[in-house]
This record gives sequence, structure tokens and C-alpha cells, in this order.
Amino acid sequence: MNKRLFAGVATAVVAALTMTACGGSSDPTANEPAQQPTGSGGPVAKPDKIIVGSANFPENVVLAEIYAAALAKKGITIEKKLNIGNRETYYPGLQDGSIDLMPEYTGVLLQHVNKSATETGPDDVYAALQKALPPNLTVLEKSSAEDKDAIVVTKETADRWSLKSIEDLKAHAGEVIFGGPPEIANRPDGLPGFKKNYDLEFKEFRPLDTGGPLTVNALKTNVVQAADLFTTDPAITVNNFVVLDDPKNNFAAQNVVPLINSAKASDEVKQVLNAISAKLTTEILIDLNAKLSAPDKPDASKVAADWLASAGIS
Amino acid sequence: MDQGPGRDGAPVNVFELVWAWLTDPENWQKNFRDLGIPARILEHLTYTGLAIVFAVMIAVPIGIYVGHTGRGGFLVVGVANWFRALPELGLVILLVLAMGVALALQALTIVLVALAIPPLLAGTYSGLRNVDPEVVDAARGMGMRERDIVWRVEVPIALPLMLGGLRTATLQVIATASIAAYMGLGGLGRYVIDGQRFGTLEGYTMMAGGAVLIAALAIVVELTLAGVQRLVVSPGLRNRKFSRRETRVRTKPVEKTEVAIS
Repeated sequence: MNKRLFAGVATAVVAALTMTACGGSSDPTANEPAQQPTGSGGPVAKPDKIIVGSANFPENVVLAEIYAAALAKKGITIEKKLNIGNRETYYPGLQDGSIDLMPEYTGVLLQHVNKSATETGPDDVYAALQKALPPNLTVLEKSSAEDKDAIVVTKETADRWSLKSIEDLKAHAGEVIFGGPPEIANRPDGLPGFKKNYDLEFKEFRPLDTGGPLTVNALKTNVVQAADLFTTDPAITVNNFVVLDDPKNNFAAQNVVPLINSAKASDEVKQVLNAISAKLTTEILIDLNAKLSAPDKPDASKVAADWLASAGIS
Repeated sequence: MDQGPGRDGAPVNVFELVWAWLTDPENWQKNFRDLGIPARILEHLTYTGLAIVFAVMIAVPIGIYVGHTGRGGFLVVGVANWFRALPELGLVILLVLAMGVALALQALTIVLVALAIPPLLAGTYSGLRNVDPEVVDAARGMGMRERDIVWRVEVPIALPLMLGGLRTATLQVIATASIAAYMGLGGLGRYVIDGQRFGTLEGYTMMAGGAVLIAALAIVVELTLAGVQRLVVSPGLRNRKFSRRETRVRTKPVEKTEVAIS
């Protein structure tokens, strides 16, 4: 009796899991229409169709829209599955072929495929990433655009102490309260990393939020004199904050890079995506993010199209 | 377990880990990532004390006035209950964003004061309302001025309930002061929030350790206040609840018989 009950429950659980798994991989996130109506449409996939995915944050969505629009202009059939979720959710989709192309970031992607990777410099990370990826996935040329943690100060602070890089901050560490997300006290590239790489120990650490309004406000109002923000945060340009260089690569490189199914990476596709990577810079990402968070909440595809036009990619 | 607990998914003894965290001398002194437990306790008590002092200054006079005069009782109860419904965490984040991180302590204090007012107000108000009207009448009959009636009769008799309100308020504020950590202030909440954000076994241990410290602090403060209550409440009022109930039961039937006779 008990055994039978158990078997029943087990069957139900397995069935539920299978159904969820199916839903997870075949769910088309389907309200995105195919970009290019020239194809015959419907589920009959043309061999050269590329499914572009994105993670669920605006910057990644607009990058995916840029890839998609540029490829579509070359007459390549595109299907979009945007706003999928985090890497744990979409990465399996890349492996089973339900997503072909994703805008990715070198450092975090490397950490995802190889947890013990220690590379931090842009070229080292990129080389290690090329080695660590499974054969069915390829990264194309990386761009110089990076979305990563950085130590940021106000323009006034930078001028007063003539700060260019994190190294310059050391002489004033005793006067600096540093603000950032609580976990940075513990992360290898956080306080322990500052100490190891730059022998930098701040007077005090003020745990705030993760590149959010508290941190920006604290830096602006001089509650903290240096803070951890993301390099593509529009608050940096709006408030004239200065991003300090990181010559020792304390923060691992996070260059934007197209991650693509190797089978779909034809020369034409590579050419289009590499041309985009060649143009992308961190400043452009800041600008795109600023446009996306503007009060009128423009559509990411519109922002992407505008940028492609202004960058002269067609 | 030699190569560190929690690796390869092996089960861990939570109590052992938390105990180890609590007894690790490094956690009790300032180091590069934390001020140390004694400093955090002091911060926690400072936030609590600030809030309680302001809340007493607001709630007790209102409670005494309303309790003594009986005017606006429904308003007090209504407002107090409305305050109880405030979501402290949401409110504090809203206030910090509006006022700026530089004023985080002020924002926190406002929220904790709002939290402490209802029990203080309810305790004071009901304490004074529950003073036997005959005692007040007697005081008035003896020629006492209203002020003396309040301060020498009603408040001393209401003291047990007022202090009960204070104890409830203090406990709630100690527990809730942990939200200070959300906007970059200190206190024992630091361990809970940071531990969660670290997301490692070490972090979760710290989180549990912080929770234990908050609970322990609440208990110690509660016992202290209970001791204070014993000292300041007039000995004649001890066990008063019990004897008063008896009196009431006896007087009521007598009144009824009188009515029946007349």
C-alpha cells in the first residue's frame, strides 16, 4: 500500500518535472513576432534562421535587439526570445539549440562555464572563455564595452586628489568611506581584493545597495567618498562621476560579446556581429541605458534601431 | 568535516556553526569588514533608545490626556491601529530615498517611533481609563487638583499597564531595528542582511548568529525592564488585577439588588 502510494507520487512528480522541463525549453516566450516577415513563417524553420535571446534586464535586451535588427537587415530570418531570465535559465537553451545567439559578458560567462577560472584581464578572460566553451558554442569578437563593477568617485573628489586609477586612492584611503553592496565586503573582488591588489584599506565600509539609488545618493551627498557602481550606469554621466581605472584588473573583465551556436555562425553573421562589437563602447552602453530608462520608456527595438542608424551599420 | 563544513553538500550542524560564530573572538572585535559584535549591539541599542525616547515623548502625554479626560478615545484607538498597519521596511526605504542617505538615521528613527507609538499609547490610555472611577472621585472629593489627580493618583495606578506598553514597544523596536541595515546603517541587522547577501555557508551562519543576538538582546532588555517595573510600581498595586476583579464581582450584584428594591 505504502509502496504503491509512493510509486504514484513519484510518477506524478516525474511527470510534473518533465512537463516543466518541456515548458522551459520549448516555451517560445512566444509573444515576440518574427522580425522578418519574408520567411514562410510558422514553425517550419528555415535552415539559416537565428533565434536571438536575451537575459531579463534592459541593457541585455537592447543589445539583443541590436544584433537582431542588424542581422535582419542582411536578410537573415530572425526570431526573438527576449527577457528570458538569468543565465541559469537561458544557458541550457543555448546548449539544446532553442536559442542561437545571446549578448553575453565575458567574465560572468567564463565563471558560468568554469567556476574555478581566475583570469581577470580582458584578453585573458576572452582567451580562457574560448577554451572553456563547449564545441557547439562560440564567442565572436569581443567589444570594448564593459558592464562591470568599478570604483567610482565624484568629479570633485577626483580633481581634489587627482585620481585616475584605484592606485591613486591609496594615499587617501584613511579619509575615504566606501559604499557598495553588502556582499562586496566578502567577495574576492571586493574589499579583500582591494587589499590584495592595491593594498587599499578604506577608513570605513558602508554597505548600501547594488548599484542602486542609495549608493548613488550616498556618493552624491558625500556620505561616502567612493562607491561601487556598474560601469554602464547612466547615473555616472548624469552626476559627472569618475570611474577609476583598474590597472591590476581587480574586477574581472566583462566585455560584451556575442555568444552564438557554432553551427549558425556563418561568415556573414560573424561579419555583422563583429562590426557591432567593433563599434560598441562602455559610453554607448551608458547612453543606451539612459535612453531605456527615460521617462517615456521607449521600446528597446526603437532604441536599438536608432543606435544602428547613428552608428552607420546597415 | 576536516576540510570545512558544508562542502560537497554534506549536512552541517547548524547549532555548532552558529555557536562557533558567536564564540569566535574575531567577531567580537573590529576587523576590516565589520565593527565587531559589541559595537553592533551598541548601535542597535542606540537606534532602539532614540526611538523609544521620542515615542514616549509623543505617546505618553497624549495617552494621559485622552485617558484622563476620556475625550477622543476612539480617535486614539483608530490612529494607533492605523500606525500598526504601517509596513516598516517599505516606509523606511521610501523615507531614505526621499530624505537622502545622509539622513538615514533620522528616517529610521521616524519609522521606529511610528512603530513604538501604538503599544505605548494603548498602554497609557487603557491604564488611565482602567483606574477605578471611585478612586478618582475620592481624590477629587479630598480637594486634589486635576493635575495632582493625574500625577499622584491615576498615573501611579496606571503604571503597570503603561510599563507593559513600554515593554511591548521596546521589544518590537529591538526586533525591527534590524531594518537599519537595509540603508547602510549598523546594528545587529547588519549580520542578518549581509549574511543573506554573501549567500555562502559562512554568510548564512552569520545570519543565524545575528538573529540569535537580536533575540538574546530582546530577552535581556525585557528582563531588565521587568526588573525596573518591579522597582517603580507601588507595592500596593501588585496583584491588583486579581483583587480588583473580585471587588467588581462583589459590587455589581449589590447594585442590582438595590435597583430591584427601589
